Amino acid sequence: MENLEFRFNAQPARPAAGAALCGVVGSGNLEILIRPGDEADACTVSVKTSARGFGKIWEAVIADFASRHPVGGTRIAINDMGATPAVVTLRLGQALGDYTGGAQ
Amino acid sequence: MNAPINPSRRHSYFEATARNRVAAVLDAGSFTEFLPPEASQPSPHLAVLDIPGAFDDGVIVGSAALGGQPVLVIAQEGQFMGGAVGEIHGAKIVGLLRRAMAEKPAAVILMVDSGGVRLHEANAGLIAISEIMRAVLDTRAAGVPVLALVGGSCGAFGGMGIVSRLCSAIVMSEEGRLALSGPEVIETVAGVEEFDSKDRALVWRVTGGKQRYLTGDCAELVEDDAAAFRQGAIDVLAGWTEPAPSSATLRAEQDRLTSRRQRFAGMRDGLEVWAALGVPDPRQIPIMDRDSLVALRKGLPA
Amino acid sequence: MTLHDILDALFPAGHAVEVSDQLVAGTAQTATGTVAVLGTTGPAAIGHDIALGLAGRILDIVDRHPGRPIVFLVDTKGQALSRAEELLCLNGSLAHLARCVDLARRQGHVSLALVTGEAVSGGFLSFGLMADKTYALADAQVRVMDLKAMARVTKIAHERLVELAGSSPTFAPGAENYQRMGAIEAIWPAPSASLLEAALANQAAAGPATDGRMASGRARDGRRLAADVVAAVLAA
Repeated sequence: MENLEFRFNAQPARPAAGAALCGVVGSGNLEILIRPGDEADACTVSVKTSARGFGKIWEAVIADFASRHPVGGTRIAINDMGATPAVVTLRLGQALGDYTGGAQ
Repeated sequence: MNAPINPSRRHSYFEATARNRVAAVLDAGSFTEFLPPEASQPSPHLAVLDIPGAFDDGVIVGSAALGGQPVLVIAQEGQFMGGAVGEIHGAKIVGLLRRAMAEKPAAVILMVDSGGVRLHEANAGLIAISEIMRAVLDTRAAGVPVLALVGGSCGAFGGMGIVSRLCSAIVMSEEGRLALSGPEVIETVAGVEEFDSKDRALVWRVTGGKQRYLTGDCAELVEDDAAAFRQGAIDVLAGWTEPAPSSATLRAEQDRLTSRRQRFAGMRDGLEVWAALGVPDPRQIPIMDRDSLVALRKGLPA
Repeated sequence: MTLHDILDALFPAGHAVEVSDQLVAGTAQTATGTVAVLGTTGPAAIGHDIALGLAGRILDIVDRHPGRPIVFLVDTKGQALSRAEELLCLNGSLAHLARCVDLARRQGHVSLALVTGEAVSGGFLSFGLMADKTYALADAQVRVMDLKAMARVTKIAHERLVELAGSSPTFAPGAENYQRMGAIEAIWPAPSASLLEAALANQAAAGPATDGRMASGRARDGRRLAADVVAAVLAA
């Protein structure tokens, strides 16, 4: 297992829920939990992944997401069992949609 | 129960996640989760083994309504570690059952989807299952029925197979499986001649919902559809009175199990059992739809 | 130590216990009167026949000898592994046996289980762990799965499991681990009439047994999470 920590600047999110969970920690899948963070214009991400050595890809995938979506003011926790970048991006979008009530 | 289900609108219970099952089986919007993910920590026992945990540890517990009646709910997530029971997972179930004893809801709905004990936390899991077993019986003795729904991808195996049969009743789909040892375990220990775990048709003839329904081990057989599980649960609970534990009840079960053991002695395949039950063409059973099978069972000789 | 040696040590005042197809059943004398003795030897694989045999005898005790204490002797290598057993819902027969032990408790029978040999998984769940309290002899083997098999199934290196087993009681075989986690009340150095009679007397004095294993596991620092999780669910 590898633990990864990231921080990205991002436009502030407008939460509609106190927290949102998406996905399941199953083979090729992951769960994403979004909660309020400490800085309004930044997002912190902590990843626990079963697959070692993919830190650069995680960073790129989440940086891309954070540049295109308002995820500021959130704290994102991810538990991963080998999801592909496409699945990660899909789940991030679903989780953020739930967190902001679809008004992202 | 008998209202036809439009296949195009079917929402597979087998493939759904635990959270989707909770949303689809219970009254819309009625569910409140206890210890939601944002208030929980993944299992530290998995972390020391370098395995990512899940915030809910693979089981969701909370309160809800079913057909307007207050219920407490447990839903195992088969996609996380095979729905297996570890320390936190097991304690959430025990806690929910103890809450039911105090709160006396109309029922506890237990959506089983589990291979049994989580080997990574083997002792904690085995002890937790023993605690769940006693808590199920305590809950029932307090007058609260505990209804097991079995139709998930991991079935109900190991200790959770025992727990399921301790419940007041089981609602099961054909796709659900209910047994003690998994076919893979039996194949590994006793050989492929004993049980070929890759022969899916055989696995379902031995452990699947139709076999369990025909031999009286589940109360209700439903389609693999969340709405059908919902209706099945409502139907079983309608007018249900939880019997006080008694020697007479267990004597009747003892007689049933003993005579069944003699009647089906030496058999190793559902096909043999169904023939002995008087089914005219047992080979038709696996391809029959649910309603036809229910009608067939009603017509079997007593 | 043979089953006979164990029975002689536990019941010096006399016992009439028979073994048939690995099922142990009979009565024995203690300072406080007659107790029922039930269990398995071998170690036995628990199938429908043993489960129903034990269950039927428990119901006989409940019906014919109200209040008689029950001593379970546990020596089981787990559930029987066969297709024929599973075809008839072996989990159902084990559940039935567990319900019978539970009924005896509700009807006022004090019960105690002593692991004399092996105690494994489903066989242990169905009666040993259903008794009011469970004890083990010092050389008892209590487990779900041995570490080599566990390493194979979990794909975690055997050496790593052995190393972790030194610091955690959570997964590795051993009666001591089950004691630390609260499921085994105490480990007896040898079968002993005085320990048995004291255990039975304690339970009789304590009144109807509730499941205190989680609290014990926490007090013994073997199970640190479960009790708090239960409390949190109750308080939610």
